[in-house]
Amino acid sequence: MRYLLVEDAVDLAESVKDLLRLGGHAVDWSASLAEARDCLGGASYDLILLDIALPDGDGRRFLSELRRQGNATPVIMMTARSAVSDRIDALDGGADDYLTKPFDPAELEARARAVLRRRGGAASSTRQLADLSFDPLTATLTVAGDPRELRNREMRLFEVLIGAPNCIFSKDQLCDRLFSFAESVTENAIEVYVARLRRKLEGSCVRIETVRGLGYRLTLP
Amino acid sequence: MTDPARGPGSLPRRLAAVGLGGSLQRKLIWQFLAAAALAAVTLFLAIRVTADRAAEAAQDSVLAAATLALSEGLLAEDDELDLDLPPTVLSMLSAMGEDQVFYRVVLQGRTVTGYENLALPAAIPTGGEPVFYKTSLNGTPVRAASLTRTILFDGAQTDVQFALAQTRHGQAAIADAIARRAGFLGIGFFVLAVPMSLLAARAILGPIGQVADGVSRRGPQDLRPVAERVPPELAPFIAALNGFIRRLRLAHSRTETFIAEAAHHIRTPLSAIRAEAEVALHEAGDDNIRTRLRRVIRSAEECSRSASQLMDHALVMSRSDREVRGPVELGALLDGLIASMRPTADLRELSLRWRRPDEPVVVLGDRLLLETALRNILDNAIKYSNPDDAIDLLLEVSGREASVKVLDRGRGIAKADLASLAPRFQRGENVRDIVGSGLGLTMVTEVSDSHDGRFRLEPREGGGTCAHFSLPLA
Repeated sequence: MRYLLVEDAVDLAESVKDLLRLGGHAVDWSASLAEARDCLGGASYDLILLDIALPDGDGRRFLSELRRQGNATPVIMMTARSAVSDRIDALDGGADDYLTKPFDPAELEARARAVLRRRGGAASSTRQLADLSFDPLTATLTVAGDPRELRNREMRLFEVLIGAPNCIFSKDQLCDRLFSFAESVTENAIEVYVARLRRKLEGSCVRIETVRGLGYRLTLP
Repeated sequence: MTDPARGPGSLPRRLAAVGLGGSLQRKLIWQFLAAAALAAVTLFLAIRVTADRAAEAAQDSVLAAATLALSEGLLAEDDELDLDLPPTVLSMLSAMGEDQVFYRVVLQGRTVTGYENLALPAAIPTGGEPVFYKTSLNGTPVRAASLTRTILFDGAQTDVQFALAQTRHGQAAIADAIARRAGFLGIGFFVLAVPMSLLAARAILGPIGQVADGVSRRGPQDLRPVAERVPPELAPFIAALNGFIRRLRLAHSRTETFIAEAAHHIRTPLSAIRAEAEVALHEAGDDNIRTRLRRVIRSAEECSRSASQLMDHALVMSRSDREVRGPVELGALLDGLIASMRPTADLRELSLRWRRPDEPVVVLGDRLLLETALRNILDNAIKYSNPDDAIDLLLEVSGREASVKVLDRGRGIAKADLASLAPRFQRGENVRDIVGSGLGLTMVTEVSDSHDGRFRLEPREGGGTCAHFSLPLA
């Protein structure tokens, strides 16, 4: 997916950009509303991440301007303030969702997906892999024409594995991607989700292999 | 939270911390009673004196008529005097009761007839008009009338003095009877004055009590000026009180603005810390470093949660005493809230099940506060649920009340914890391993208090917690 990140705090913008790229997305970054206008003039995006307080104006005003011009790109507002009034303002002003800083990258991903799903999807996001196809937006895995719905963690696990087939991921690494750091989980928890995902993959030649002592990897024929 | 100033307690309890001078009410009652007693005694004396005078005047007029009649019964023929006591004299005098009657007739300094020891008045009466005086006869007090009449005796005009006296038993009896009645009247007056003075004292002091009641009945966040109608004498007191409330509110709102600003300034760098650490965690291979990065992220998360809750709390505190109330449709509010929380719940594979009545459920309240409270309840349920659990949300109407129930299958709360969770920064014993600030329930309680609602946490049958938030319908 292609993101436009509108955020004036340089450090934060750099790391959010990196995070999104790690998630396999393309990101353009603007530090001001003026730059954002330039970017939007030259390219189309699947999603805009928009800060509220920007040096040359209020993100909410920019958003309503965008909507008046007929630009319907989905927008997730970001703010360092969590007051409900901001959230209501943002949503009333045409934002698709609202995220409070600091945010969990998994939450951003989940919200982005939810927004795109509500909007009926952007560009087709379906990936083909050997004999199966995977659509992260609708969280469906199709094996030989049989669609199977993945639950949230099964899907995130699959996304991690599919991102680098044949690469070994340690339980530890997978835990970091699947669970929030605010919860306490044991590494064994990951086994539950691997087992579930394996059931969903039944009938396909794509398998999750256990590499004793090291972790798991996705193997293709 | 036990706040003695919150309930409409008895006066002494409310003022326990104040140095008490003499009670105004007692002072007023004593003054009223003293005035009433004085009035009663005065009334009694006035009636008594008037009665004495009236009885005396009645006796005097009888004595005057009798003396005149007596004097007319004296006939002189040359050098002989003949006193013919007219029967009217006696019948007149007997009208006064069982009193004894004495008379004396003096001619040229010599007692012609009657009691010689009946004294004559100091001044010899002249002109045929009787003179009245008090004297005593054989130790008995009597009222007497004396009259001088000139008769032709022995060929010359001669003055004859008549004196007629009567004991005063009858008069005293009448005066006593009247005085007794006056006494009853005075006592009756006083007895009536006791409840009257109690009522009057209460009526006078009533406005003070009303103001005190109104102020003490307020919630801890209610900093509106006192608007009770008071008599002008209390106006300076109310003005001073309102001035104080104004200063308190100003200090309050400054603190809240400060907290909100501070939280805002903390979050932006925190976001950078968190995002940087996430990126580093992706790139790091060393287990030690990964563990440390996880700790950094967890701490950043903890910090940002506290900042959010401090801001929410500042919002709740600053708005709960302001009248920003309007109709709020709980169904739509919860729809929006659930939509916004669903991705968070999804991340933990929690399903949110939501049931609401078809018709709108409208309460009167502050939409922001209600949403903040409900978000905190739902956030708690999500936080403390185990993965794959379901959280049930019910919006119900029972009687004149709308109630929102959030049921989870989380680790629940110990009975002993229930009461102790409301104060700020208090957290349950069994949730130490989950990030939280302990402000959430405080906020919910404050919102429910400021909306005349109720908030309870109950253990749910079969495990978990039921959070029950209810509000009166609009």
